[in-house]
Amino acid sequence: MSEIVPLARKSRFARIIDSDIFYSYRRSPVAILASIVAAILILAAVLAPWISPYDPFNPRTLNLMDGFTKPMSESFAGNFFVMGADNQGRDVLSTILHGSRVSLFVGLSATLFAMTLGVGLGLVAGFRGGLTDAVIMRIADVQLSFPAILIALLIFGVARGLIPPSQQENTALMVLILAIGLSNWAQFARTVRGATMVERQKDYVSAARIMGVNPVLILIKHILPNVVGPVLVIATIGLALAIIEEATLSYLGVGVPPTQPSLGTLIRIGQQYLFSGEWWILFFPAMTLILLALSVNLLGDWLRDALNPKLR
Amino acid sequence: MTEPLLSVKNLKVVFHLRRGDFTAVNGISFDIMPGEVLGVVGESGAGKSMTGTAIMGLIDRPGEVIVDEIRLKGERIDNLPEEKMRHIRGRRIAMVMQDPLTSLNPLYTVGEQLVETIRRHLPLSHDQAKKRAIELLADAGIPDPQSRIDSYPHQFSGGMRQRVVISLALAAEPEMIVADEPTSALDVSVQAQIMKVLKRLCAERGVAVMLITHDMGVIAENADRMIVMNKGEIVETGSVGDIINRPREPYTKKLIEAIPSIKTQNPRYAAAVARGEAETTAEALVEVKGLSKTFDLSPSLVSRLFGGKHRKLVHAVQDVSFAVEKGKTYGLVGESGSGKSTCARMLVGLLEPSAGEIRLEGTDIWRDRNAAAKRRSKIQMIFQDPYASLNPRWRVGAIIAEPMRALGISTNSTEIADRVADLLERVRLDPEAMRKFPHEFSGGQRQRIAIARALSSQPEFIICDEPTSALDVSVQAQVLELMRRLQDEFGLTYLLISHNLAVIRQMADSVGVLHNGVMVENGPVEQIFANPQADYTRMLLDAVPDISNVA
Repeated sequence: MSEIVPLARKSRFARIIDSDIFYSYRRSPVAILASIVAAILILAAVLAPWISPYDPFNPRTLNLMDGFTKPMSESFAGNFFVMGADNQGRDVLSTILHGSRVSLFVGLSATLFAMTLGVGLGLVAGFRGGLTDAVIMRIADVQLSFPAILIALLIFGVARGLIPPSQQENTALMVLILAIGLSNWAQFARTVRGATMVERQKDYVSAARIMGVNPVLILIKHILPNVVGPVLVIATIGLALAIIEEATLSYLGVGVPPTQPSLGTLIRIGQQYLFSGEWWILFFPAMTLILLALSVNLLGDWLRDALNPKLR
Repeated sequence: MTEPLLSVKNLKVVFHLRRGDFTAVNGISFDIMPGEVLGVVGESGAGKSMTGTAIMGLIDRPGEVIVDEIRLKGERIDNLPEEKMRHIRGRRIAMVMQDPLTSLNPLYTVGEQLVETIRRHLPLSHDQAKKRAIELLADAGIPDPQSRIDSYPHQFSGGMRQRVVISLALAAEPEMIVADEPTSALDVSVQAQIMKVLKRLCAERGVAVMLITHDMGVIAENADRMIVMNKGEIVETGSVGDIINRPREPYTKKLIEAIPSIKTQNPRYAAAVARGEAETTAEALVEVKGLSKTFDLSPSLVSRLFGGKHRKLVHAVQDVSFAVEKGKTYGLVGESGSGKSTCARMLVGLLEPSAGEIRLEGTDIWRDRNAAAKRRSKIQMIFQDPYASLNPRWRVGAIIAEPMRALGISTNSTEIADRVADLLERVRLDPEAMRKFPHEFSGGQRQRIAIARALSSQPEFIICDEPTSALDVSVQAQVLELMRRLQDEFGLTYLLISHNLAVIRQMADSVGVLHNGVMVENGPVEQIFANPQADYTRMLLDAVPDISNVA
């Protein structure tokens, strides 16, 4: 009475197309639209040095007489600006392309950092339980009781005080990533801890313990792959939050150095001219930020529903 | 011939799923006479619960019910609007579900739920309804219903809760009850009582029962007529005596053959008697002496350290001793909460005993030097739930190879792959299976994978904690057969933990009976089953539903 398991092997690509996630994606117009918008924005940011019409950071190509050129018009020096020019005669479109590059880099790095830290601490807290769990989760609770932006400001300020002024310019981005990352790890830790506590009880973990597998290996090889689903969701939504947080910090003037303007820096510059009629300097960077954050957020929302078996 | 109470003609339940339509029930027709108990039996996926749910009009999207007609006392109910159907549901056809905890609202007292149900369906005042509720509870065998009526569902035990659910179902004086696995979540001793209550109440009131269950024994002892279902279709229908004693269809025959009976002897034992070796004892591989486990559930550290009235100790296992002979199977029987799984966890090294010792070939596996290494290399475990015991993110090949890698038996990848293929063949699976993930297999196949993993480190002693409780009977028979053959092939020693006495009788050479953490009886299997000494064992053996006890 032997049972032969039927052979059915598909290519990796075919399996992705056939998967439930992709099916849910195809049936969600919001997800398709959001992913297209996000893809365009991200691609444009990555390719900024090659596709932006002007180099906004090269003083030799700038002409102060081009300042405040209106969108879709030719400037004094004969340049054509789709989204107009700012006070220094820089092409707004080009500054946005370069600015979202900085914003995305900071957002991605900060989210990755928060994810690594949060997932690691969450795994340990959920697996060890007891005092370890209590200490880690109380720190997370304390942190969650402050707005993330305050924590980031605090960390940023402390780092400023510790780093010598000569190094501040070079380390500014690193400090920013550290500050945003440290202010966002708690969400990851909470989710992963809960999922870990569920997985820890399961028999496959007992089976590994019976054969004497090292607890660290159990965590990494057994439990981690089973808790990544919700982590991906938080990471996607967290990316949108990190981009906004970076913009807020830069808007407040504590973020990236002026030599590397991000979307937040551009918004800060633009708002000075809002009431004198030069709306385009503020409007286009702000719209880009909204589109970027919204599309990433909607993608995260869709992913959460798609991974939730109860909502299928 | 009298008119049937419920008449179903050509009932189909189709689920419109992404990958095409799935037909759960495929055109079945049957009648239920007034006052009759109709048993519906089948393995998982047979469509028996779907049939019950469809009659109640409770199939939700993406499911669709297609039926020629359903008549209740000659009146069509399949095409009624939802509004009218609600009057039939509960009032004329009531339902008893498997899990008594989810079918009662935890926020209301039992009395409030009963009174509400009674008053919705019958024109009674609050006081009259309450009086009736107390009567119903008393009828269902709940002691002191006067005061229990104000208790919340969680204050009842599982069996008592199911009694409440039954009185709730009978509250509106229905003509028929659909009972979907009403006793599957309960221990055998409680199961027997609940079935007795359900049967008595329905007989007194002339209520017809559609008894849906996977357990042929329950049907044999309680139903008048039965329907055997498989893959959404009716295989056979007839009186219980006819079907069980003279099954006509091959599927029914196979199903009945697969059911272990507590009355059949262990074939190994019979063979040993024939050889005249029944009384010989082999040397003990594992000896357990005075094993105890106490859990401290005191609410605070203070009461834990200093005692006082809040100190709460749970003695899960108390002074349990037994010996497992080399190459034999020791069965550990008990109801839920009897401490059998706690014993298993201590034997396998997951839980440290509070007192007592476990010796494996003379080595104390908790205290001696190198005890852990010895324990890991010689003891393995097979778990109850084959869905939770295999890591869903790992390929089968990696799962089976894990003990070899963890214990350093082999590090050579080709050697490991060869061994995994060999193990898969031994558990009757295609070696190709090693490239797949667990979710691509059925429950029985997964349990084979779990067995292959347990064997891969070449252990001598395997602890099987309810290895077949999650499986259908026909699959259970195959897995037990496989375990028996592997035992002969590898000279394995088993500790088999089960609540199913029939499984234990078939598989074990010696048995220990656990009750509330205490070993009440211990000895050779035939001696205990033929001549039980402890009252508890006798009660347990009497309570087991068996297909030879046709009602």
